[in-house]
This record gives sequence, C-alpha cells and structure tokens, in this order.
Amino acid sequence: MLKFIGAFANAFPGACAQGLVWGIMAIGVYITYKVLDLADLTVDGTMATGGAVCIMMMMSGHSIGVSMLAAFCVGMLAGLVTGIFHTMMGIPAILAGILTQLGLYSINLQILDGKANQAMAFGKYDQLISLRWVRDVPFYQNTIFVVGIFAAVIIGVLYWFFGTELGSSIRATGNNEQMSRAQGINTNVTKVLGLMLSNGIVALSSGLLAQYQGFADVNAGRGAIVIGLAAVIIGQVIFGKISKNFAFKLLTVIFGGIIYWVVYQAVISAGMDANYMKLISALVVAIFLAVPYWKRKYLTKPVKRGGAANA
Amino acid sequence: MLKLDQIWKTFNVGTVNEKTALQGLSLELQEGDFVTVIGGNGAGKSTMLNAVAGVWPVDEGRISIDNIDVTKLPEHRRAAYLGRVFQDPMTGTAANMQIQENLALASRRGTFRFLRAGITKAEREMYQEKLKVLDLGLEDRMTSKVGLLSGGQRQALTLLMATLKKPKLLLLDEHTAALDPKTAAKVLDATDRIVGRDHLTTLMITHNMKDAIAHGNRLIMMYEGNIIYDVSGEEKKRLKVADLLAKFEQASGGEFANDRMMLT
Repeated sequence: MLKFIGAFANAFPGACAQGLVWGIMAIGVYITYKVLDLADLTVDGTMATGGAVCIMMMMSGHSIGVSMLAAFCVGMLAGLVTGIFHTMMGIPAILAGILTQLGLYSINLQILDGKANQAMAFGKYDQLISLRWVRDVPFYQNTIFVVGIFAAVIIGVLYWFFGTELGSSIRATGNNEQMSRAQGINTNVTKVLGLMLSNGIVALSSGLLAQYQGFADVNAGRGAIVIGLAAVIIGQVIFGKISKNFAFKLLTVIFGGIIYWVVYQAVISAGMDANYMKLISALVVAIFLAVPYWKRKYLTKPVKRGGAANA
Repeated sequence: MLKLDQIWKTFNVGTVNEKTALQGLSLELQEGDFVTVIGGNGAGKSTMLNAVAGVWPVDEGRISIDNIDVTKLPEHRRAAYLGRVFQDPMTGTAANMQIQENLALASRRGTFRFLRAGITKAEREMYQEKLKVLDLGLEDRMTSKVGLLSGGQRQALTLLMATLKKPKLLLLDEHTAALDPKTAAKVLDATDRIVGRDHLTTLMITHNMKDAIAHGNRLIMMYEGNIIYDVSGEEKKRLKVADLLAKFEQASGGEFANDRMMLT
C-alpha cells in the first residue's frame, strides 16, 4: 500500500500535466462530437501529425511559436480534407474521418523523415513544456501552469467564437440542419469549418504532448478519439449538472481529461499492466456511452393519457 | 411575385417506387396574395413547396421569385427570399439553443455571417417586443432552450422567425397539422395577423377545408401533381366545403375524397 501511495504521489503531477494536454485535445473532440453532432475519427491521425510537425520544425531551427502555429494549420488542413470527403463527396462522416486518418499515417511518416519516432534533445530547443518541469521549477515555468494558461486561452477564444454569427451558425448546424438551411446557413461550409477548427485544436494539443514527452511518434494518435470522448463524458457526468454555460462545459472537458489521466496513473501505480489500458479505456467509454440509452429505455415513465397537453 | 413555369419532378427514378410528383405545374402569385393549398395525399402540395424552397433541384421548368430566377440556387441561398414553417414543430427551430438565439439566427437570414456578435443587446429588446405579439409568455423566457417549449409554442416561434426578416414569400407547410385544435387555431390566428400586418405573399398548405376557405384571398386544389382548381376573390368567399368536395370528386373521376381531406 505504501509503495502504491509513493508511486502514485510521484506520478501525480505528471498525470495532471498530461491530463491538461489531453483535455485540450478533448475540446477538439467536443466541437465535433457535441457541437456539430459528428463523430470525427480524423483526430487519431491529427493527434500524431501535430506533434510531428511541431517537433520537426523545432529541430530544424524554427521558434516554438511558429512550430505550434504550423501544427495548428496542418491540423486544420486535415480537418478540411475530412470535410471535403464528407460534404462534397457524400461520404459518411465516420468513414470520411477514417479515410483521412489512414492517409495521415503515411504523411506523418513523411513528416518524421521516414522514422516512426523522432526524439528532441532536451534543453537544446526553446520548448514550452516538458515532463521534467512538473515540479521543482518556478511556478511560471511549471508545465501544469503553462498548459493551464494555454487551456484557459483556448476556452476563452472558443467562448467568444461560438457567440459570433459564424460560431452560432455552426452550433445551429449541429442542432438542426434543415432549420439551418432554411435560415440561409450553408451547412456544408459550417461542417467543414467545425471539422477544421476541431482538428486544428487537436493538432495543437498534439504539439504540446510531443514537447512534453520530448519526442514525436507516428503512433501517438492511436485511440485518441476514445480518450477524447472519455474526457468529454467524464466531465459531463461529474460536473454537467452544475452549469449550462458554454465556457464551463469546455472547462469540464479539461477536468475530464485530468481525471482520466489521474485515474489511469492510479491504476498503473497499483500494478496494472499498462498494456491493458486501451482495453479498459474502450470498455469504460462504451459503458458511459450506453448510459443515456439505458436511461431512455428502462427509466422513462410511460406518458399518461392527457399528458400530451404539450402537443 | 412567385412564378412556377412547367415544373416537373420525379422521385425514385427507375425503381418500383418511381413517382412523378409534379407534372408540369405552373402557378403565378401576385404580390400580397395569400393562397391556401388543398389536395389529397400525394397530390404534390409539399413537393411544390419544397421545389420553391430548393430542397432538391427540379427536373424541368423555371422558378422565379420577384423576377429573380432561383431555379439553380441552392436551398440556403434561396432562404434569403423565403420564410418557412414546417409541419413538424421540431423541424423549424434549434432545440438546444435559446429562444433569443433562434431568433438571432433567423434575423440574419440572407446576410453574410462572420465574426460579428451572434446577438446584441438591442436585438434582445426587439425580440422581446416581437414575442409579446404571440401572446404566449415567451417574452419572459428568452434564454430558455427551445427544446423545452410545447409544439404549439415552437410553431408560433418558427412563424415569428420566418417573418422576423420580411420574406418575399412565406411558405407554410401544414404548420398547424401536428397541433391540437385549440393551439392550431391560435397559431392560425397569429398567422393571419402577421401576414395581414406585413402584407406577406403567402402559400399555405392545409388539410382542413374550412381553414382553406376561411383564410387567404385565393385557393388552389391540387391533384396528381397539378392544379385542378384555382379560385379567388368573391367566388372564393362564397365557397362551401361541399363545393370543394364536389370539385374533388369531379376531378378525380368519382374517387371520393380521402379521410384526411374530410377532416374539417
């Protein structure tokens, strides 16, 4: 038991940092899954692409700002491709995402110079965060603080954006496409924009993750959609009742990411074989996704006669 | 105002379900016309409205609104000229968005949407005034999600959204059919008031012959993708339900009006 506590306490700050980074990724998932009502699997590819772009650019001498911006833009490009597959070629969203994701694997390998993994020497480049900076550094250099600021800025910008005319029309598209078109919204454009924004944010998070770990890996995105969904759902289940405010909802996604990684770390510290974690994640997400369905099926009361006065 | 010229539309081409829903339909509406549309199931009433709205392209023919040829315009572009209310109360509004947000979306119909505020304070005050006209108490629930409203409230709201920005043409597709009689009467009443106040050119489908006679200045009856009866002015005012039934029987060759048309 003591050994567990020791191991867990040791790993806790790292889990928080990683949770924050994945929380940002999950915000990208939230935009497609919740706002646009599309399941976008492109993110399994972009979660590797962003890191690859960021690390390779930094290693070829570009500044951290330019590298992160490039990661964001390449992520948007991946979203654009999925969007075109979906809207202009009529491919169902899930399949469109899978196609882009598969294609991205080759592209990611190209970006990584044909290698599956590219490590960045620590201290040689002006990286923003690192797993070595989760303790014993001034707070403003602490990775948890830096990523926290990052997340706060992203939430702020998204809160503003989804309040604009364009953002509102993206929300309307996810709500009711027929109504959106009747109100003059080009739903193909809003869907593509939503996919681009989502994948841009995922790639940004991927860039952060690669810096944190000190390497970019072609397999970094495997199962990313599941972790993202887990964060979205955990946040919603635990904090969903507190407020309906959009910014707060995004915040719960971040918390969901942190909780996911803290629990993950606890299970690992307890001696669980890390190889089983993907299986467990998949099962946990499956059960959480089933809950609303089960609720509808088994817990709804039959409507009484005359109860349809709402008609 | 609206001109349909020889419109043809066939669905499910090459299958056993092939159906030619519009068969060379032509119709011309004058500015300010309030036309009620009746006809049995499959007569092509909704198909005509969808053709005008641009839900899909027509096979043949020309559609123009206020002398603008819209035949090739996609649905979201035509929306600039149209206000639409659907049969299903769920269709016309965004359930997870607030009442005021829905209105704000509607007020931007036909404008280029970019990074300006999705809703302003001045708008909120205006919407509050507009909602009062509906007399449903919605003006006090501006930030409620539309999903919480009843079907009748949602239809009334959709009607307000359709007319918030004055459309060149208002399309009402059996917009009271899913409501109980009392609520339906209320929504119809609001329709009359708004159409009269803003002098809106209107096409209203109804399955209720009494309503079709009582509302509007012109009535058309459709059968098998065409207009078989077109009456307006004094003649329409003198119409009785029995006259319409007789007309229908005559046109369909003795086949009696179906149950749905009998509902009066």
